[in-house]
Amino acid sequence: MRLDARSKVGTFCILAAALTVAHGAERAGDAVKGKALYESRCTACHSLDHSRIGPAHRGVFGRRVAQVAGFDYSPALRHSHVVWNATSLDRWLTNPEAFIPGQKMGYTVPDGQDRADIIAFLASPEAR
Amino acid sequence: MIKSSRPVSLSRRNALLAGGVTLSGAAVALLAGRPALAAKHADGHSAQKDAGVLNTALALEHEGINAYTLGAQSNLLEKPVLTLALKFQDDHKAHRDRLIAVLHTLGATPVQEKSLSEYASELEVSKLKTQTDVLNFAAGLEQGAVNAYLGIIPSFGDPALAKLAGQLASDETVHFAILSQALGRPLPAPLSFGV
Repeated sequence: MRLDARSKVGTFCILAAALTVAHGAERAGDAVKGKALYESRCTACHSLDHSRIGPAHRGVFGRRVAQVAGFDYSPALRHSHVVWNATSLDRWLTNPEAFIPGQKMGYTVPDGQDRADIIAFLASPEAR
Repeated sequence: MIKSSRPVSLSRRNALLAGGVTLSGAAVALLAGRPALAAKHADGHSAQKDAGVLNTALALEHEGINAYTLGAQSNLLEKPVLTLALKFQDDHKAHRDRLIAVLHTLGATPVQEKSLSEYASELEVSKLKTQTDVLNFAAGLEQGAVNAYLGIIPSFGDPALAKLAGQLASDETVHFAILSQALGRPLPAPLSFGV
């Protein structure tokens, strides 16, 4: 089958859109599930409004690292210029030490969908 | 696991061996007076990183001990519940003491406890109005501790320290199960912790 130029462009766009949707679906987070995951996995050390073993999380999405006043961050985080977004949070939760060597968190979230859900919660109005 | 053939201080060994934590890797190297060897495990994992994770665990134990103090001081707990809370607090003190001993053996500085008022503020204990509130609060902290300890197990370079984290998680699971029973909650589903 021969495709003219317009058909080729159209086919490419459809394929590209399908791939984008597929990738997005793989990483699309569910904030409701993320809240439950946050409460079961993160609240041993964190809360939204109070720094405890780890810093407070309210408003973390979109913020530069190490910005919670009064929390004793590691030098590695204090000197980092990373901004917390979906990509950086995913890398952080996957392996914080590989992402920012010298940091203090020893906890990881191995499952990509769990990470996406937790990130969706942190980005949701409830956590902003 | 590395076995040291050199004599070591019994008192220092006991810090790790009491309760079944066996010596290996960096700990053995330190006890044998070889701090340079202690700096890295065989796979290159830094003993300093292990100490950092242990200090996170110690911070959790400090918080847990103070949370039970706050619960006990709330005057919301009936006598049998108060007795149980103080027993759990004693367990957390034992965890604290073990972690501090291991950290000292690794040559690390244990993280310091905060003031009771700081914990009260951070944990929002002023919101606790009934015994059930306190039990739910304690159960939440214990469940969080179980998941935290299970979550840090893969972070250790020294398997003996991973085992210690497993032991801590086991104790917290007992606490959580008893608190859940007191609250009338259903039994946890299989494989529901650490996920």
